[in-house]
Order: sequence, then C-alpha cells, then structure tokens
Amino acid sequence: MAYPYRDEREVRILSAHFGDPEARTLAGWRQRGGYEALGQALALSPEQVTEIVKNSALRGRGGAGFPTGLKWSFLRNDGRPHYVLVNSDESEPGAFKDRELCRWTPHQLLEGALINAYAIRAQHVYIYMRGEFFEPAQIVARAIDEAYAAGIAGPDVLGSGVTIDVTLHLGAGAYICGEETALMNSLEGRRGQPRVKPPFPAVFGAFGQPTNINNVETLCTVPHIIRNGADWWRSIGTDKSTGTKLFNMSGHLVRRGNFEFPLGFNMKELIYDVCGGIRDGRSLKAVIPGGSSVPMLAAHELDIPCAYERVATAGSKLGTASMIVMDDRTDIVKQVRRMVEFYAHESCGQCTPCREGTAWLARIMRRIEAGQGTEADLALLVDLGKNMTGTTICVLSDSAAAPVLSSLAKFKDEYLALIGRAAPVAAAV
Amino acid sequence: MANESNETVNVTINGVAAAVPRGARIIEAAEQLGIGIAHYCYHPGLSAPAMCRMCLVEVEGAPKLAPACVTPVAEGQVINTESERARAARTGTLEFYLLNHPLDCPICDKSGECKLQDFTHAEGRPHGRSVEPKRVLGLDDFGGDILYQGNRCIMCTRCVRFMREIAGADLLGVVQRGHRSAIDTFFETGLEGSLWAGNIVDICPVGALLSKDFLHKARVWDLDNTPSVCPNCAQGCNVRLDTRDNLVVRIRPRLNPAVNSYWMCDYGRHQYEWLNQPDRVQTPMQRGAEGELVPVGWQEVLPALLARLQQRHGPLVVLGSPMLGNEDNGLLARLAGRLGGGTLRYRSAQAEAEVPCPGFPALARRRELTANGRGLELLGFQRTGTMAGEGGLTDLAGATVIVLGDALEDQPADFAAGVELLVVLGQRPTAAARSAHYLLPVCTCAEQEGTFPNVHGLVQRFWPALQPPPLARPAWQVLSVLLAGLDDGAPVNSAGGAFLRLGELYPEYAGLSYEQLGSRGALINEPVVRPAGKGA
Ligand SMILES: Cc1cc2nc3c(=O)[nH]c(=O)nc-3n(C[C@H](O)[C@H](O)[C@H](O)COP(=O)(O)O)c2cc1C
Ligand code: SF4
Ligand code: SF4
Ligand code: SF4
Ligand code: FES
Repeated sequence: MAYPYRDEREVRILSAHFGDPEARTLAGWRQRGGYEALGQALALSPEQVTEIVKNSALRGRGGAGFPTGLKWSFLRNDGRPHYVLVNSDESEPGAFKDRELCRWTPHQLLEGALINAYAIRAQHVYIYMRGEFFEPAQIVARAIDEAYAAGIAGPDVLGSGVTIDVTLHLGAGAYICGEETALMNSLEGRRGQPRVKPPFPAVFGAFGQPTNINNVETLCTVPHIIRNGADWWRSIGTDKSTGTKLFNMSGHLVRRGNFEFPLGFNMKELIYDVCGGIRDGRSLKAVIPGGSSVPMLAAHELDIPCAYERVATAGSKLGTASMIVMDDRTDIVKQVRRMVEFYAHESCGQCTPCREGTAWLARIMRRIEAGQGTEADLALLVDLGKNMTGTTICVLSDSAAAPVLSSLAKFKDEYLALIGRAAPVAAAV
Repeated sequence: MANESNETVNVTINGVAAAVPRGARIIEAAEQLGIGIAHYCYHPGLSAPAMCRMCLVEVEGAPKLAPACVTPVAEGQVINTESERARAARTGTLEFYLLNHPLDCPICDKSGECKLQDFTHAEGRPHGRSVEPKRVLGLDDFGGDILYQGNRCIMCTRCVRFMREIAGADLLGVVQRGHRSAIDTFFETGLEGSLWAGNIVDICPVGALLSKDFLHKARVWDLDNTPSVCPNCAQGCNVRLDTRDNLVVRIRPRLNPAVNSYWMCDYGRHQYEWLNQPDRVQTPMQRGAEGELVPVGWQEVLPALLARLQQRHGPLVVLGSPMLGNEDNGLLARLAGRLGGGTLRYRSAQAEAEVPCPGFPALARRRELTANGRGLELLGFQRTGTMAGEGGLTDLAGATVIVLGDALEDQPADFAAGVELLVVLGQRPTAAARSAHYLLPVCTCAEQEGTFPNVHGLVQRFWPALQPPPLARPAWQVLSVLLAGLDDGAPVNSAGGAFLRLGELYPEYAGLSYEQLGSRGALINEPVVRPAGKGA
C-alpha cells in the first residue's frame, strides 16, 4: 500500500520510506543506508554518542518534549544493569505516528534503540508496544528476528563485542501504560500504574535498575542524527524545537494522515494548504494541536509556528503533534464529554483527584449534554478541573481537565446553549 | 525513616524553624514539631505510595505542591501546610473523597475514629456539590474476621500493602481501574487463616474494613482505652484494652517499635473473653464448722489463714499464675520462702511452634501462650503439666497447696480431698477452687497494675482496664499483708511498691522502677541462675 498523501513541502527524514514495503526488510533497509549509523556509533564511545544527541537539541516526541540527550546523560556508568525501554504504547486519542513508524520502518526504530542502548551501556532493550498494535507488532517482531540473525542484535552487535538483546513486549490495553513508570510496572508484571517520582527512571527504573525510556519517534530520529551530525539536525526547525516531526492530522480535513515537517511550520498552512482545509466546504471551529491531552485552540489562534515553545505561548501544547481538527458542525460539549469519558475509563485510580474527578467530570458533562445542566455546573466544572490539575502523581488528571477547562474558556456559548434549553434539573438521588 | 546518624537539616514549617533529622520526610519532621499533616495512604509502618494526595504541602520555590509523605526535608526548606494553595488542595481532594462515600456514619463502626470524618469535619466543604447517585458496591466477606464495605473504601491501599509487606501474603489486591477500583481477595482464597489480617481493620482509615467480632458492638466514643500488654503469649505486644460497661470489647495494638511495631497477631487480638468472666469469687471464704465455704471479711480471714499456714505439717507446693504479673507471683514466691520454702510450679499452654511476622520478624506469636511464663521462670517457678497446660498436679497428697489465679480450672471438685491445706487466691469459683480451705478473690491482670517480662526480658507495665468485683484485691496486696504478718517488712501499698520490693528480692529487677519502665518497658538485669522450683 502506498502512503496516502504526500506534500511537496514535506521534509521526509523519518517518513522517507513510508509506503515502501521493501524498507521493512533488513536487506531493503540496508540498501537505504540502514545500520550505518549504528556502526558509526559503535566506533565512538558511549559518552560521545550521547554528546551528539545532546548537541542536536532533539526533544522527546512522546509528548513532554524533554531534551533527549540530557535524559540519556542522567545515566551513570555504575556497573548496575541498565535498560532501554522503547515507548510504543501510543494510545493518546489523535496519535498515530509511532504505529506508522513501526509498520513501515521497524529497522529504523531498532537502529535507534540499539544506539540508545550502546550510549547508556544497556544490554537489554524492551520494546513495550500497545497490545492492539497487532500488525506493527508482527512487523517489529520479524525485524528483531532478522536483526538477531544478521548479528545486529544479540551477543556481538555488528562484531563490536557489545551485547544488546531486544525483547518485544505487548501491553494489555491501557492508556496509562504509556506513562513511563506505569509502563515499567506493567513490563514487570505489576499493575500498570505510575510510580511516584523521585526516584527517577535513571536511578530506579525497570526492575529497579537505571533505565532510559524514549518514544518510538524519538529513537527513529537518532540514526539520522548520528549519520548526519548534530549541526545538521539543528539546522532544521527552530532554535528550541530542532529537526523534523511527524504531524498526525485527523478530523474534518480534506487530507488526513502523517506529514513530516520541520518544527516551526505554520499551523494554519499545515491545516489549510497541506491538509486541504476543512471537508465539505465547512469552516474550522477548533483544533486540538497535540493529542487529546492538550488544551484546544480556536480558529483565530492557529496562525502560529508548530514549535513546542510557540504553541505553549498560544496557551496549548504541541504534545505529540497529533492534531484533531474540528469543523463548525462539531458539538464541542459532546467531544469534550467523550474525551473526559476516555480519561475516566483510563485513569489508573491511584490518585483521588483523578479517580473520582474524571468520573465526576464525565457525569456532569453527560448531564449538560442531556440538557439538564445549570450554570452552577459550569462553575463546578472549572473548580473540579482546577482541583485535578497539579495535584496528582502523573498528568493524566491534568489531561482530563484540560479539554474541559479550555472548551469552557473558548466555547462557553455552546455550553450555555445547552443549559438554555435545560429541563428542570433532576432531583438529587 | 530518618537515617541513624544525628545529622540534621534546618527547615521552617509554618513559620517554626527547627533542626530535623536529615533524610526525614516532611510529614515526619512536621510531626516532630507537633504539626499534623492530614494523610490517608501514608502509614509509618508501611511503604508510601503517595497516592491519596491529602498531604500536599507548599514548599517554597517548588512549582507544584509536594506530597509530604515522601518528600524528604532539605536544608533551608520552607514548608507551609496552611497556605492558600495547600488548603485549597486539601479541601478539593476531600470533596472528591465524599463524592461516592455513603456517609453512613450512624451505622459505621469507624465513626468516631474515622480519618475521613475527622478531616472533613476540620476542612471539608459544608455542602456536597454532586447531584448524581453514588456508586454502590455490596458488602464482601473477605474471610476470617474481616468484612469489606466497598462503598466506604477510599482506596488508600494500606490493607493491600500491609498484607504484602507485613503479613507476607499477597492476599488482597486492587481490582479494576479508575473509579471502578475496589479491594478484593483472589478468587476463593480469602483472609481465612492469616494470623495478621486483623491489623488491616485498625489501619483502614475509614470503616471499609470491619471486624465481624466487633461489628456493631459499640460506638467507639463509648469505649475506654487502657494501655496494656497482650496477655496471650510471651511476645508481650503492647496493646490497648478497649472496654465498655466493664467488659473488654476489643484489643488493639499500641506502638512499641522494639516489640510489636504497630501490629499484633489475631490469636492475641481475639482472646479476650476470658477477661470478661461474670462468674467471680465475690468475697473471701473459708471452711465453716460443717465444712462448707462461708463468706468472711478480709480482716478476719488473713490472720486465720496465716495462723493455719504456720501450723501446717506437710510439704508446701505453690502454683504461680502466668496470667498474673511479677508483683503477684514474686510475692507468692517470697511467701513460700518465708514459710520455710516449697516447690514453685506453674502450668501454661504452649503452641506447637512460633509464628513470626514476615514483615516484622522481631514480632512472633510465641510458643508460650501466656504473658508471664518467662517471668515465672525468672522467679524460680518450674513449668509442669502438658502442652495444653493440663495435668502435672498428681503428687500433692498431704501437701499444703497455695494457688494463684485460675490455675485449677481443669481440676475436679474433690481436688482438695488429698491435700492437707488448699489456699486459692482465685478469680473464678471453679469446682476445684470451691474445694479450697481458703478461697480469696483476687483481680485479673486486666483489673490491676503490674508488669510482665516478655520473651526477650523486656519488662513492660500494664494498667487496670476493668473494675474488679468489689471485694477482690490484687494478689500482691493480699500476699504482702500475709508477709507482713510473717515479719517480712511492712505491707506494700501499691503495685509500684510491690515491684520495688521485687527489686530488693531479685537482682534481675534491682534498680528498676515503674517510672523507669514508662510505657515502653525496660530490659531486666542479667538473669541469675537459681535452683529451679525453689523460691528466693
Ligand atoms: C498518561 C500518559 C500517557 C502517555 N502515553 C505515552 C505513549 O503512549 N507513548 C509515549 O511515547 N509517551 C507517552 N507518555 C509520555 C511518557 O511518560 C514519557 O514522557 C515518554 O515516553 C518519554 O519519551 P520521550 O522523551 O522520547 O518523549 C505518556 C504520558 C502520560 C502522562
Ligand atoms: S493521575 Fe490518574 S492516571 Fe495518573 S497516577 Fe494518578 S490516578 Fe493514575
Ligand atoms: S479497605 Fe480501607 S485500608 Fe483498604 S484501601 Fe480501602 S480504605 Fe484503604
Ligand atoms: S504475638 Fe503474642 S503478644 Fe502479640 S498479640 Fe499475638 S498473642 Fe499477643
Ligand atoms: S499521605 Fe501523602 S499522598 Fe497519601
């Protein structure tokens, strides 16, 4: 299957071979320059490799945008077993980039993970993949087999004497297992729930050992940075958001899918030109720019560069650059209700504000949607949203509150309209 | 907990500057300064998951509120538990707790000692803002003594962690996720058979875990709580006897880091009915002209008994009580000595094996199933009879036998037939006790002050929790009057005095006093080897 949409303006580094089944095979990948970077990295010291990644100013693509090289440098060469975890749990509504990277370029991911392992002196890589990723899991498993057979993974990586094993582990269907420490618990066979930090993974991670966890897309960029240098990567994108990024575009767009652009590309242009604007000649109402966890932007707020720092200034987050675009027919209250229900369903339930708050928000949203809300409910939503923000172990709680708070700030009229036709509120039971 | 060294750091909590141990958590440091920080999931005896989010405090310079239960103190830290943000977070979180909570305090056993009640009363919103129906879960029988009322559960996981970390048996878990979470046992395996599970009822901050034994038995504010020592094995767990209407209705552990931490075993916890005997010897009695027992006043009976003891012919056998304190048994041994010496014995039940607590191995349900077996050995008493604490009394023909406590429970009504003189300082009018020549009512250990030395030689005090029958007296008091009659000093007039007297008689106790023992006990001096079965 060829990849659905392409655009002239794209800078395709990670996605250069999307749609090309040959690139999935080891032979095909090698023909395309694959595993050269791994060889180059093995010729350097682990610290030198980390230094290159640091200098590239690459920021993690799993949502938080934390500087990748800096995170690698937190690991100490202390003789304890180290682990590399690949976060391939991609479950954020709106996100579908890691899935494509795994499906089309499994060796790109493996190469990045092996370089990562070498750089932090880990002898074992665990790829934690979302359980529903049936096809990507098969493809990645096949690539791992090929890599072992070719001596790329295993006891003597490319004849260097370095041992790096790779294990693919499938999750069992929980969004929260994408949170790095929940992922570790799940990998260890415990309940998938986030751990309190500190201790941080670099000190106490998987199996209690120093661990480095990175997103699939983050690791897929690493071979390119090693091959072409940190300066090259920094020459793409903005000062604070270097390189290219996959933009997963979904919603009421004419063209949807993954597009790779340098960070800093204009959001409006991305939506209207690259993706062809809104379907059926409708107009745009709102955009969630970085996956369901980030605040919404209204139509007039979109003329901004898609860079971490710039989207933040606009009051939202670039997150995973998974954009959900909604047209003027979209019922915002219903959309928010659905998102909140998702978070209520996915909360691990440890923290009280999240466990109770997500479910309560969902109940209030359902009531408002059913025309039984009151104005007091809107104030209550804001209050609860605030009480759920910054008070919990992980940010799922904040994420559940974000669409509620941002939609109330920007689309309050839609709530008021529903309240306007409110039937008398049902008596409390 | 804080490290062992004496290093400290300087912090300011709510404006109070203090040096606190380096490595302490904020919640512990605050506690030291007398500042309580509301919490649910944190328990000092368990790991801290920082999940209840009640203990969030403001640390100057930190962007987010910090969970005081896991955040270590640091030099120069300025902590505020009462700032606008910290208060708002607590009030907000409390509201979430009440969202699905039934608030059925009027029928909840925890009411009165419930942390949800306490914190809500202190800082909760006056009115709930939820109009939706609450979540309803059924009552679940977890097996053993434990019921789970899921509606009240606040998901602090203390119970799960206790079973894993202290009981060493992962018998509880969180099932489901998010707001559907609940605590459950695994399939058919419940808590039945766990020797430690009862502790989860104590540490549950709310009334989600209930003791079947205590269910609806009392409102806790009607209870009196008396510090005591578990009388049911040689470990000597520190406990509280909770009493109502002069009955012990439950036993709960009391912190002693050296003995039992925050815990106790279920065997000890549930053996309290024997302290609640309604059928008691009410008044001193002696044989009348017809050979029947007749009530007689203390002033009369003691001189008569003394005279009788001094006229005896046969050997003297003294049976001590491992359910009574050192003071009673010590003066009993002394009496034997002053009467020319005799054989000192005791009987006690013993278990097949010791059962250590996996997560706190210093605590074990000991083989010796009485609190004072060890004390009796120190005083020179020798154990006799079977494992069950029976038998061992067949060679008493012609002897004068002085018995302390209910040691003759299993003996027949003609027990006194073959002996020259039977004196019982007893609690219950058992068949054998009623065959005595002198039957004198004495207190149980729950009705008086005293001490037990535990298996490690730690002497610990207990305090009176129940009213004895009006004419019953502590045995040490009776014995000291008898001893005074034998020119062995003036009668002592307090348990503490009896204990000091013990120190004069036995080097193990020399120099120790009640003041020194306090509420945590003190180790006895190096034990002296003395001929077993012979008094001092
Ligand atoms: C609720 C929640 C879900 C998350 N899910 C994912 C995920 O599916 N994939 C991912 O890469 N990171 C996810 N993250 C972010 C990870 O915790 C972590 O930051 C990331 O794996 C770090 O990799 P990076 O530095 O390469 O971005 C999630 C975070 C939270 C709080
Ligand atoms: S915030 Fe929610 S999902 Fe995250 S740890 Fe707490 S309860 Fe779990
Ligand atoms: S049953 Fe009690 S101790 Fe256990 S989680 Fe619920 S509230 Fe906490
Ligand atoms: S271990 Fe012994 S002292 Fe402790 S509670 Fe159990 S019976 Fe009582
Ligand atoms: S006591 Fe600190 S979070 Fe529960």
